[in-house]
Amino acid sequence: MTTLDSSKEIQKNNSEVNETHEDFRMFGLITFLIADGMTFAGFFAAYLTYKAVNPLPDGAIYELELPIPTLNTILLLVSSATFHKAGKALLKDKNSDSQKWLFITAFLGIIFLICQLFEYFHLPFGLTDNLFASTFYALTGFHGLHVTLGTLMILIIAWQSRIDGGRLTSQNMFPLEAVELYWHFVDGIWVILFIILYLL
Amino acid sequence: MTISIDPQKTNNESLQPKGWLRYFSFSLDHKVIGIQYLVCGFLFYLIGGTLASAIRIELASPMSDFMPRDVYNQVLTLHGTIMIFLWIVPVVNGAFGNYLIPFYVGARDMAFPRLNAVAFWLIPPSGLMLVASYFVEGAAQAGWTAYPPLSITTPQSGQIIWILSVLLLGGSSIFGGINFIATIIKLRRPGLKLMQLPMYCWAMLGTSLLVVLSTPVLAGTLILLSFDIIANTGFFNPVLGGNVVVYQHLFWFYSHPAVYIMVLPAFGLVSEILPVHARKPLFGYTTMVFSIMGIVVLGLVVWAHHMFTSGTPPWMRLFFTIATAFIAVPTGIKFFNWVATLWGGKISINSAMLFSCGFIINFVFGGITGVALAQVPFDIHVHDTYFVVAHFHYIVYGGTVFIIFSSIYHWFPKVTGKMLNEKLGILHFIITFIGFNLCFAPQHWLGLNGMPRRVAEYDPQFQFVNQISSLGALLMAISTIPFLINVFLSVRNGKDAGDNPWNSLTPEWLTSSPPPVENWEGEAPLVEEPYGYGKEISEQK
Repeated sequence: MTTLDSSKEIQKNNSEVNETHEDFRMFGLITFLIADGMTFAGFFAAYLTYKAVNPLPDGAIYELELPIPTLNTILLLVSSATFHKAGKALLKDKNSDSQKWLFITAFLGIIFLICQLFEYFHLPFGLTDNLFASTFYALTGFHGLHVTLGTLMILIIAWQSRIDGGRLTSQNMFPLEAVELYWHFVDGIWVILFIILYLL
Repeated sequence: MTISIDPQKTNNESLQPKGWLRYFSFSLDHKVIGIQYLVCGFLFYLIGGTLASAIRIELASPMSDFMPRDVYNQVLTLHGTIMIFLWIVPVVNGAFGNYLIPFYVGARDMAFPRLNAVAFWLIPPSGLMLVASYFVEGAAQAGWTAYPPLSITTPQSGQIIWILSVLLLGGSSIFGGINFIATIIKLRRPGLKLMQLPMYCWAMLGTSLLVVLSTPVLAGTLILLSFDIIANTGFFNPVLGGNVVVYQHLFWFYSHPAVYIMVLPAFGLVSEILPVHARKPLFGYTTMVFSIMGIVVLGLVVWAHHMFTSGTPPWMRLFFTIATAFIAVPTGIKFFNWVATLWGGKISINSAMLFSCGFIINFVFGGITGVALAQVPFDIHVHDTYFVVAHFHYIVYGGTVFIIFSSIYHWFPKVTGKMLNEKLGILHFIITFIGFNLCFAPQHWLGLNGMPRRVAEYDPQFQFVNQISSLGALLMAISTIPFLINVFLSVRNGKDAGDNPWNSLTPEWLTSSPPPVENWEGEAPLVEEPYGYGKEISEQK
């Protein structure tokens, strides 16, 4: 069938016509992230509505402590910076540097997830205890799912940026840029989530 | 990244199935995908129509005698879900969008062909899953709105399969929306300006914005609902301290825009069909564009008019009443423009034109009852009665489905190179139009007199009017027969259409019919005036 691809250059059955178009994969990804952001927006709206109209029943426990989530916020912010360093390194054809920064980023992501699990196990309430407990686990869990996927993708592109035979080069930055944008998005969502869930 | 074509790969691609078999393959061709959407959607339309007939047979008598009451609930849930998520949304967006948008922007395919194929192939499995749920402890019973606590207390397995199926269909819809936005914004042929695009592109751009902004909210809501069902959480369960009204808000944040997702593309399609068959330029192009975008913006802030009886505070009622009434303004502008397009035109009375005119008549009626329903005192009186059922079907059947048929009559020659039989087409229109109005007009009266919706039994005083309505439903079922005969006969031995049987100026007709694999031999034509009827045609070349 057709050989058209969404990357920069297209070649067709009709070889006389040589058309190119810009790469709009990033545009598609941004549109997707807007959609993904709307899912979170729905969750946040639900949580804020609950907070406004549904009082916590007598005897129900819903208390959060700040140290672990604050550490997590710092971890994610730092990981956004290390990811950025990885991109800079790849642009200068320093693949092994880039790989190193990517592994650091993935490591920070994993630490984030471990801290999150640690928090889960030490909270005084469970998923079905009360409405706010459920909302807390649903929101952080859905975000944690995003972090998990992001970490896996970082590990994949770290493998792809290896020096011999790797797919990622300074000419082919798209996979790294795409995952980086996704990672910054997940990071940004966390900051909003941190403010709404823990600080408000 | 550059894609270099190695001969081996190209050879493999030429080994892909040809002829009708390619419609069963993971084809990346936007035209094949468009037809896949259309045929798949039509099969589900037949299933949904059968379920509708079952509902009307049950309602022909006041007692619950044709089927048990819980089966009735399953049938109405499946009918609503199938018709919305598997027939109207995929066909009016996916089918016509995929087929036409690349032509209209002067491209060879959609922006993301693989994503496009994935989006289509999510539909058949989730549709079959939904239908099959009937045989696994019974299908969902809570209606297509799946309001808790009803959806939490009815049997679980059917409801969970329903949620899973709607999540997959929502995903398919989002992928499609991303693809349309990228195609329309980014893949336009060089030199083609946004304000030169055919109106359907604008309609699809607006629709896709709504899809991308609102569908994910439904997805999140349904995930929470499934937690309530499986994990015993209490998001929407008042017994566990939850809040059912939050579900309604989140649900309608998607499902009101969903009405525009079903109707805006139809607005675009009718704007393509009317100028061709009236031989006049589309009246008021710029106002059309702005009214589409106005509907998109307003469509996102009117959802709570579905919830006037859910204890909404007065300020909210006031706001949503006013916002809803405002939507009548851009919609009215569009109807004015269509009538003005017809005014003084050289109108050919053919099936495509008849269905489009039927759309205008039905939709104006549905629009008027819509404005009435936006008024709180009236809405409280008729909430959850047959008045709402009648209004909704005037919008989606009398509006969108009429346009789907109109579009099939209009673009059938493009897809197959054969004409449809006009006599059968006009017969199809007459039976559909009479049957539709006979079925749904009396339901306004039923609703005003207090017959509730979604109940298998009713007060015997409503029997006569219900029987008229069922008679109309019978006519609607019969109307499918001439259409199917027409399609099967015309595909085999229809009259040859030539490349451009309607002498249309929109870009899809400026290539051969059926079109070649990558749409154009040579470069795509630059169509600056897609509605330049009454001017020199040579200017278009």
